[in-house]
Amino acid sequence: MTESTGGIDMDEDSSGTVKKFAFVNRKAPYGTIYALESLEVVLISAAFDQDVSLVFADDGVYELKKGQATKAVGMKNFSPTYRALEGYDIEKLFVEKESMEARGLTVDDLVVPVEVLTSEEMATLLDEQDVVLSF
Amino acid sequence: MKFGILVNEGPYNHQAADTAYQFAKAALEKGHEIHRVFFYHDGVNNATKLTEPPQDDRHIVNRWSKMAEEHGVDLVVCVAAGLRRGIVDDNLAPGFRISGLGQLVETGIQADRTVTFGD
Repeated sequence: MTESTGGIDMDEDSSGTVKKFAFVNRKAPYGTIYALESLEVVLISAAFDQDVSLVFADDGVYELKKGQATKAVGMKNFSPTYRALEGYDIEKLFVEKESMEARGLTVDDLVVPVEVLTSEEMATLLDEQDVVLSF
Repeated sequence: MKFGILVNEGPYNHQAADTAYQFAKAALEKGHEIHRVFFYHDGVNNATKLTEPPQDDRHIVNRWSKMAEEHGVDLVVCVAAGLRRGIVDDNLAPGFRISGLGQLVETGIQADRTVTFGD
């Protein structure tokens, strides 16, 4: 077992198969642990060479907000990790337009470049996935 | 069909823990295969043998253990999520094992459908 592959011997199985994985992030970053632990799955998935997309909808859009200051609440600011995803070849980040606009945000407020999709386009994207993990 | 199941919520606190079990049970009864049940977030609390619900209530943890015993279902608890919440080998109920998040990704690859039970 290695840390980077999360308990899987890469020689044994799963090699060769490439599926489309979408991780759907729907929660604000610090009120619950979903956002942080979702990011942990995303990082592990990079070791499996899968076709990974990240989706941010509802309050999940806040996960990407610039200027997160968490010191006073004693929690770790994990938003810089989204900027590191590119180094893991995870480059497909999608934000739902309606969720972003409803929260008064624009792409300029976000820590990483994203593609903005309408809810209808998002439905099409998710329909094309093999595995959708929603957090 | 081969199903993968992700359980993201704790027992008794949230319906997801019950619905995941009912889904798995129904799938097995219909002749489907459960590739793995992966417990994540507060879902790891489904795996502690210290659970003692009132006698007139369902025993969620023992129900999973029984399913593992009777059908050989692989019940995997995320090590990192477990450590955060005090779920370790010492208090693991029968039929569960602790491993890494790679087991979840692998289930996504191997199973025909991966179904999330969460909030």
